[in-house]
Amino acid sequence: MAPKDHNDAFVAFDRVQKTYDGEQLVVKDLNLDIGKGEFLTMLGPSGSGKTTCLMMLAGFETATFGDILLDGKPINNIPPHKRGIGMVFQNYALFPHMTVAENLSFPLEVRDISRAEREKKIARALDMVQMGEFGNRRPAQLSGGQMQRVALARALVFEPDLVLMDEPLGALDKNLRERMQLEIKHIHETLGVTVVYVTHDQSEALTMSNRIAVFDDGRIQQLATPDELYEKPENAFVAAFIGENNTLRGKVESVDGAYCTLQLADGSRVQALAVNIEGEGAESTLSLRPERVYLDVSSETHDNIFEGEVRELIYLGDHIRVRMNVCGNDEFVLKMPNDSHARRLSVGERVQVGWVKEDCRALDPS
Amino acid sequence: MAQADASMELDNRSGGSVEKMVTADGLPLKTSLRRAERRSKLFAFALVAPLLGFLLIVFIFPMAQMMWRSVDNPQIINTLPRTVEALEAWNPSAEELPPEEAYAALNADLAEGLERDRGAIGRLQGRLNNDVSGARAAVRSVAGQAGDRSEPFKDKFIEANALWGEPAIWRVIQREGRPLTASRYLRALDREYAPDGSIQMRDEGQRTYVALFMRTFALSATILGLTFLLGFPISYYMATLPMRYANLLMIFVLLPFWTSLLVRTSAWIVLLQQQGVINSTLVGLGIIGDDQRLSMVYNMTGTIVAMTHILLPFMVLPLYSVMRGIPPSYMRAAKGLGAKPWTAFRRVYFPQPLPGVAAGGVLVFIISIGYYITPALVGGQSGRMISNEIARHIQGDNPGLGAAIATLLLVCVMILYWVYNRLVGADNLKLG
Repeated sequence: MAPKDHNDAFVAFDRVQKTYDGEQLVVKDLNLDIGKGEFLTMLGPSGSGKTTCLMMLAGFETATFGDILLDGKPINNIPPHKRGIGMVFQNYALFPHMTVAENLSFPLEVRDISRAEREKKIARALDMVQMGEFGNRRPAQLSGGQMQRVALARALVFEPDLVLMDEPLGALDKNLRERMQLEIKHIHETLGVTVVYVTHDQSEALTMSNRIAVFDDGRIQQLATPDELYEKPENAFVAAFIGENNTLRGKVESVDGAYCTLQLADGSRVQALAVNIEGEGAESTLSLRPERVYLDVSSETHDNIFEGEVRELIYLGDHIRVRMNVCGNDEFVLKMPNDSHARRLSVGERVQVGWVKEDCRALDPS
Repeated sequence: MAQADASMELDNRSGGSVEKMVTADGLPLKTSLRRAERRSKLFAFALVAPLLGFLLIVFIFPMAQMMWRSVDNPQIINTLPRTVEALEAWNPSAEELPPEEAYAALNADLAEGLERDRGAIGRLQGRLNNDVSGARAAVRSVAGQAGDRSEPFKDKFIEANALWGEPAIWRVIQREGRPLTASRYLRALDREYAPDGSIQMRDEGQRTYVALFMRTFALSATILGLTFLLGFPISYYMATLPMRYANLLMIFVLLPFWTSLLVRTSAWIVLLQQQGVINSTLVGLGIIGDDQRLSMVYNMTGTIVAMTHILLPFMVLPLYSVMRGIPPSYMRAAKGLGAKPWTAFRRVYFPQPLPGVAAGGVLVFIISIGYYITPALVGGQSGRMISNEIARHIQGDNPGLGAAIATLLLVCVMILYWVYNRLVGADNLKLG
């Protein structure tokens, strides 16, 4: 899936820069290789440059510098209608004066495909998104989820090799969004089409993607598979942006091979995995997932043991979120599974918490 | 007995809950709803009432009066009742003069009219003159001595004015001796009564109004086409601009509204006249010779240029507001799906502002077929429109004919609106 090298890439961004006003770079030196058949998500907060990248790929924006290659050929000077890229827009952009079938017929008509062939392809595409019955409806007569399906079918009906999706599920409610995520994922697996997907919703990115490129400030902060991204964030931004995260700030006291020891502001020492630190004496941010913090553990099995005071309990059904003060940090969170013999905590109680040093990553100061 | 009533009521309630919904105190739901909403309905009516009253007084009432004037015909029947009666037996299609009794009756009517109300005789003269030219003089020549004249009247009348020796004027008195008339509508359609009472076209040289109606429609259609051609691109451009710049451009589009009519008119004259800016520039550049100066004002060109200018905002405003609401993603989507820019525009963009085009088109067309002041000022003879004719008659000696033409114009607008409603649907009229 992921390309072996730059030459193997189906879509490649090569040192791409983009500015709108000639003063500020929205995209700073973007290098990204996307393999054929891959589902790649550009994830990032708004203003991070991810949508601009997608628009440059679609041809609606031009790169200020650098090349964008599709199947090995530079496409900077090819107008959008000759790129043959399917696209799903944020607000669907279904043509309101055409029926669903006419909407799907449009990309086929401009490609001079015969009527019989068109009808076959439209029926197949509509069936694929379970909208076979709705061919004669107008977009205004459809619900948000149905419009989303039609937009997806329209982007796929002319069988493009590459489909771009710009936050396509943003307008849907949570349940529908989760169902559509799986549907899009399954369609991608069935068709083997390459998908570049833009979203700011990290759970969406984790659910669907082969690889995720986390954007911030016009740069890719980390490009990795979902599990790697979650478990091994390379910098403080990615750690904070993906999933829940406990952040502890301190100074590196000593480095010992792959591990290091930090001294926090309140004087407590924490052992951590040295991932992205500048050396002894440098400031660093520790990232620790709440589900990797355990209650009532011994120092034999866990490298870091501290005492904390429970500040707040939030009941979430399957687990209980415990907010406590640990090492002077009032926002320290851990997740306690809601099983029948679990310990019951109460606010104000003091308990022992602990974690292993492999789960605690020392990253750049943020 | 009381018990029976109570149980019946109980029955009613239990049965009624299925058929008829009632509120807790037993009133039907609909009645309660009406009561509850009475206040808000009264309030809504109070909001509308001043405008309704205003429209009634300044619009609906005068319109009704205008239509009434187009058929109202009291002059002959009121002033010449005996003559009309005496002519009942006369056969108008035979080329014979009415009998002596008719002349006698006319003399008696005129004598009485002169005594009772001189103004009525004047109105009678005007009315007859509308249908028979020279009738004013004919009546005047015999009315003065009506009291002193004695038998035989026929020869004396013919001697006083030869018109009395022709059946035409008698046909008019006979035919129009009724309280209502259709003769003005016939005139407005370039038709007249033949001697036998059937309807025929007027002589070629006398036909005016049908051609003028046609010209009015043709001019309006031309102006509509021009406002569309000029308005569509500018609206499209404004819709793509940021609000700030779009508003600035809008001011330029609206500029004709803010300029006094006379300033605008003189500007057009300065620009368009034979010694004007455009002609002088063309001559100066050597494109046309000094003897070939174009006449662009006081003719149809003048009307078209000036009216296109003043009516352009009526096209631009609805178009712009509809286009503002069309997100740019449609065009992007169309191009992304493989359509060339022109195909994308034609098939995806263009159909969407059509309700705005229709709204602007109806506005421009309806306003221009009734336009008066601009054609009057810069239209000359060939740029005249039907409204100029209406104004001429209403201010002149045949207000009834003016009213008839105006009513026909109103009917045309109604028909246009009806056709439009059938084709596009009034609900689709988007003015912003």
